[in-house]
Amino acid sequence: MATAEAAHHEEHHHPSGIMRWITTTNHKDIGTLYLSFSLMMFMVGGAMALVIRAELFQPGLQIVDPHFFNQMTTMHALVMIFGAIMPGFVGFANWMIPMMIGAPDMALPRLNNWSFWILPFAFTMLLGSLFAPGGGPASGWTLYAPLSIQGGMSVDMTILAVHMMGISSVLGAINIVVTVFNMRAPGMTLMKMPLFVWTWLITAYLLIAVMPVLAGAVTMLLTDRHFGTAFFDPAGGGDPVMFQHIFWFFGHPEVYVMILPAFGIISEIIPTFARKPLFGYASMVLAVAGIAFLSFIVWAHHMFTVGMPLIGELFFMYATMLIAVPTGVKVFNWVATMWRGSMTFETPMLFAISVVVLFTIGGLSGLMLAITPADFQYHDTYFVVAHFHYVLFSGAAMAMMGGAYYWLPKWTGHMYDEKLGKLHFWLTAIFFNITFFPQHFLGLAGMPRRIPDYALQFTEFNVMSSIGAFGLGFSQLLLVYVVVKCVRGGEKASAEVWDNPKGLEWTVPSPAPYHTFETPPQVR
Amino acid sequence: MLMSRSKLSAAIIGLAVPWLPVVPAMADYGLNLPPPVSPIGDEILSLHNLIMLICLIIFVVVFSFMFYSIYAHRKSKGHKAAQFSHSTRLEIVWSVIPFVILVGMAIPSTATLIRMEDTSQADVTVKITGYQWKWRYEYLDHGIAFNSNLSTPRDQIENRSAKGDNYLLEVDRPLVLPTDTKVRFLITANDVIHSWWVPELAVKKDGIPGFINEIWTLIKKPGIYRGQCTELCGKDHGFMPVVVDARSPEDFQAWLAANKQEAAADASAAMAEWSMDDLMAKGKEIYGACAACHGAQGEGVPNVFPPIAGSAVATGPVAQHLEVVMNGRDGTAMQAFKGQLSDTEIAAVVTYQRNSFGNSAGDAVQPADVKALR
Ligand code: HEC
Ligand SMILES: [Cu+2]
Repeated sequence: MATAEAAHHEEHHHPSGIMRWITTTNHKDIGTLYLSFSLMMFMVGGAMALVIRAELFQPGLQIVDPHFFNQMTTMHALVMIFGAIMPGFVGFANWMIPMMIGAPDMALPRLNNWSFWILPFAFTMLLGSLFAPGGGPASGWTLYAPLSIQGGMSVDMTILAVHMMGISSVLGAINIVVTVFNMRAPGMTLMKMPLFVWTWLITAYLLIAVMPVLAGAVTMLLTDRHFGTAFFDPAGGGDPVMFQHIFWFFGHPEVYVMILPAFGIISEIIPTFARKPLFGYASMVLAVAGIAFLSFIVWAHHMFTVGMPLIGELFFMYATMLIAVPTGVKVFNWVATMWRGSMTFETPMLFAISVVVLFTIGGLSGLMLAITPADFQYHDTYFVVAHFHYVLFSGAAMAMMGGAYYWLPKWTGHMYDEKLGKLHFWLTAIFFNITFFPQHFLGLAGMPRRIPDYALQFTEFNVMSSIGAFGLGFSQLLLVYVVVKCVRGGEKASAEVWDNPKGLEWTVPSPAPYHTFETPPQVR
Repeated sequence: MLMSRSKLSAAIIGLAVPWLPVVPAMADYGLNLPPPVSPIGDEILSLHNLIMLICLIIFVVVFSFMFYSIYAHRKSKGHKAAQFSHSTRLEIVWSVIPFVILVGMAIPSTATLIRMEDTSQADVTVKITGYQWKWRYEYLDHGIAFNSNLSTPRDQIENRSAKGDNYLLEVDRPLVLPTDTKVRFLITANDVIHSWWVPELAVKKDGIPGFINEIWTLIKKPGIYRGQCTELCGKDHGFMPVVVDARSPEDFQAWLAANKQEAAADASAAMAEWSMDDLMAKGKEIYGACAACHGAQGEGVPNVFPPIAGSAVATGPVAQHLEVVMNGRDGTAMQAFKGQLSDTEIAAVVTYQRNSFGNSAGDAVQPADVKALR
């Protein structure tokens, strides 16, 4: 491409100030928008978690009434899942996928702008529902019928918000699929793509497959609530359990939507700091595909207690146990990547290692939950709460933090403050475990989840968990500080940033120029 | 850029150590599943311990490799990176070994599950119905039925008085069951989904409106066993405990006989004409079942549960009031009470609502009026 044309591009008359962000179609700008939005929601959802933990600090009702407590558990989950984790990963995808495959931008830039700008409206609607008459949705993020049918106007607002988020996710996912298939640089064959791109490609398919299912489920709720249908009302021949089947047909793949990109990030970080190629690239890709396939046939393990026929329980138990095989392959491959490397332990690597360890704890408790007879004891207790926070916080969220430290120098052109980064890591890892490890014991000892008050024998572990939660919550202010500080200045980062990392993103200067790879690179 | 190596390994190992106390032997300290009192409970506990042990071993083995590597293969020690990137043989081995372990876990799990689901040949059948927010128990072969409500005083919950030993795990009437007898539960719900759980019996099953789930237990030891509702069911989900009072078969028979007499006495009371004062006194007692939503002073919860004080229904025609209470309002939390309360109880509570909290309809509803509407 002629340099004159490239220069012209640079000067594209984009508006400045706020209009730049509203009208932008640049993948890096949109990535930044997604990541900032995610960080904001992470704080909002975290504040709600602290309301929950403050109430649970002591037995008895002290701070909030049970109805508001239920709104907090419901909102905390919805905000974290749909507001923090999913948009966070889309932010990474926007920034990194074009740079990793040598593309100038996403394939559908205008759609990209749209996908993002739907979100602020969706979340205004969702958070606004807290101020609806009768308060926010209080039936848990799972919105199980018939409880959600009893709810007030806030449930309708939530349904509308879920529709908007769903549209945003599906559009974003379509964009990623189209980009990966059409925009790769010459020589970038599928099996040469960085693992992060692979995990996102597969995640995008999961999203396209399941978000419409969620949309269907909540639409049926809406018509049951207002238009006289009885999908979930036994009095009209409906079945409340059908809601759960449809919901979890979305919900289980959704779990992998939130973890596969995390696997991708970890698989980029570990080789860099082990100074060794990723072990078993092909089996990593295969494992991700295997997990994605299995995610469609295990949904009912979320509902073993609803009274399924024996044969159904057995099927879902076996299928769920099988997921341990590809997941194990991933963990073994990460360990093998470190094996006989030449490791250093900068903040991204610390996060990556702790994700491998802590995610594995969540994976193993997941295997325990898969054992149907035992699940009858664990189901809907704090054991499950501990399990999914090990997977979603120390899996997904901490992988994102690691990824942020890893690519911040590339994004901003400055090194972040390594001392503070490490401090943030240690505070996060330690407080995380203080918060969630005791919850395993609470669950086994018999404490149900989603209760605002508890029997006295659960006091000590709840105190511990609440103290941990406040430590964990306030430590995240440090993350915000480190990020802001890094954006505003700091030691100049080189193009490579780290010690000879692999990947096209490290061949462009830091900060990455507004437009990269307008002439496609040649991949050997 | 680097942390001191001892600090790093110590801290990372620190993350793994919390697993270690999870040893099966510590069941008494509330770290593990509580000691079961049913055969299925025993099986589940040993299954749980076995699987946890396997998981623990896998965890220790895998991460010994990793932590050794973190210790030995570091740049600061001058370790040079090898450049190998795969090993088909190794990758096959570590796919097959987990698979074999999984098969080993699946076999005993399947056997236990099959026994759990076998509800045949039970000697006693109890129907359990979840309501917002209480349980109702019906002994189908004996014509005995009653509600079981949380009995922890509001003052304890709101921190105005010291909390008792069984705080939140106590009820006005426990479910009485015989020991050494196969008991079958038929579990359902009236309004939303609830889940009936007693950890020591290892019984947890959802009560789903419009459907009946079956599960069974056999209690080996007399005693009081406590549990809770485990499916989010609205505002007072945390306040609907389950208490099982397990008695020897003889004591259980005696209990049955005493309760049948009581039921007969109630039936004859329902035939009688009640005075206003008696109705009000009884109504006040029954109103406890309404207070969770409509408030102790009939004040309700704004925009969620309507107040009774000054309500158009509670001050209007009695027929309309009876209609709401007996049949509920579809699609709302207002449930049909005709299945849970006797004629006398409905008459009393409606009378009470009409003549308390500043309402002064002045009329007394008789049990016979309710009976006529059934
Ligand atoms: C689980 C919560 C709940 C419980 C328990 C409950 N109610 Fe209600 N009740 C409601 C709701 C919600 C409504 C409003 C229904 C509607 O929207 O039409 C209501 C409405 C009513 C009304 C009509 C009020 C009006 O002004 O429209 C009466 C009368 C009433 N309930 C009586 C009772 C009695 C008597 C009891 C106890 C035996 C009781 N309720 C227990 C939730 C409850
Ligand atoms: Cu319940």
